[in-house]
Amino acid sequence: MPEAVRLALAVAAKDIRAELRSRTALLSAVVFAALVLVVFNFARDPTALSATDLAPSVLWVTFALAAMLALNRAFTVERENGALDGLLLAPIPREAIFAGKLLANLAFVGTVEAVTLPLFVLFFNVDLGAALPGIVAVTALATVGFVAVGTIFSAMAVRTRFAELMLPVLLLPFMVPPLIGAVQATSRLLSGRPLSEMLGWLRLLALYDIVFVTLCTLAFSAVVDE
Amino acid sequence: MTAAAAARSIVRRGMFLTAVALLGLAAVYLLALQYAPVEARQGLAQKIFYLHVPSAWSALLAFSLVGIVSGLYLWLHDPRLDRFAASSAEVGVAFSAVMLTTGPIWAKPIWGTWWTWDARLTLTLFLFFLFVGYLALRAALQDPAERARFSAVVGILGLLLVPFIHLSVYLFRTLHPQPIVLKPSAPSLPPEMLRTLLVSALVFTLLYVGLVTLRYGLTLAEEAREEAGDAA
Repeated sequence: MPEAVRLALAVAAKDIRAELRSRTALLSAVVFAALVLVVFNFARDPTALSATDLAPSVLWVTFALAAMLALNRAFTVERENGALDGLLLAPIPREAIFAGKLLANLAFVGTVEAVTLPLFVLFFNVDLGAALPGIVAVTALATVGFVAVGTIFSAMAVRTRFAELMLPVLLLPFMVPPLIGAVQATSRLLSGRPLSEMLGWLRLLALYDIVFVTLCTLAFSAVVDE
Repeated sequence: MTAAAAARSIVRRGMFLTAVALLGLAAVYLLALQYAPVEARQGLAQKIFYLHVPSAWSALLAFSLVGIVSGLYLWLHDPRLDRFAASSAEVGVAFSAVMLTTGPIWAKPIWGTWWTWDARLTLTLFLFFLFVGYLALRAALQDPAERARFSAVVGILGLLLVPFIHLSVYLFRTLHPQPIVLKPSAPSLPPEMLRTLLVSALVFTLLYVGLVTLRYGLTLAEEAREEAGDAA
């Protein structure tokens, strides 16, 4: 295994281990996602709009809000006791630190999404059926891109006075393309449309991932190095 | 005191350029109302075109320059680039506010609606939000070097976000056509209208240059004053 990959995995493992010991952030994010789903159910007029028509939007707005909450955690834990300085002093390339942080965030957001999806099926009575592998793939494709941008922004946001507010203000415009693409692909998957109808959206999501993961990895040293 | 004097001279230059541009703006009003003919279908409502389009042009110019200059900053680390990017973003937000207010005022009588999720409208709205976020981030950071690095990263990521937002809202709209009165495709403008538009675009570009120079000089003056305060 290349050295950089090993180091990135070590950084990710450190984050995941720390999170599994307390589980506070993970549990709050999951409960938050469940609450958003419940609130959504009452925020629609059931006689005017069926649950299935609204389902893709509900799912993705819930994912986006829960991810935002989860991403705030990534660097707030590093702020305490100068943990980030320690990490930066270690002989690890910045790109590997970023990749590790990104992987840990993906594990975190992915777990929240994995718990939210069954709840969504339960509350909104959606029949996933054959669409499940497709939905998992689209979710992964959309999540990677905005979590990469969210990771670098959360490293910046913790340095500001209103970190919890700064992250959504910066990140939401960047969530627009993946969110639109994911909602469009999800609604086609749920209504059993052929793959060719969503190929354009999948390409957009993949391109977004490639561009922003690369760019954020390269730009990370400008954020942490004085 | 040399730093403060340099700042003052830049502020003066900016004020002069802005004053010239504002006089030019008065000329644009005259041209638009007296010289350019009244549009046959839209009537007087079309006059807003001479403010809306040039302010959109200036806003896009401002935001593109923020993105490019941010990239250069990460490479060269020249504080002048950061000052320019900050000034340009502020002026760009002002111009897009003009664009986003004149747009609906024009759209209401012509399209019959204040707002529509057309690709171009959505794109400019998100650009506006992006740069409001950029300025909010700058305001929330204390250390100048850190502020410069962070905002340069946001600036360059923002520049790359533009094609993605454009593509996604474009795909979104074309796949879900809505029965709205579409913007009439640019008819071949009568020469009087075209000339008025070009003059207006020139005036707005000058206004952009003037305001950015002014803002740049003010930032310099602030820095000079802080340094004087530290020395004392």
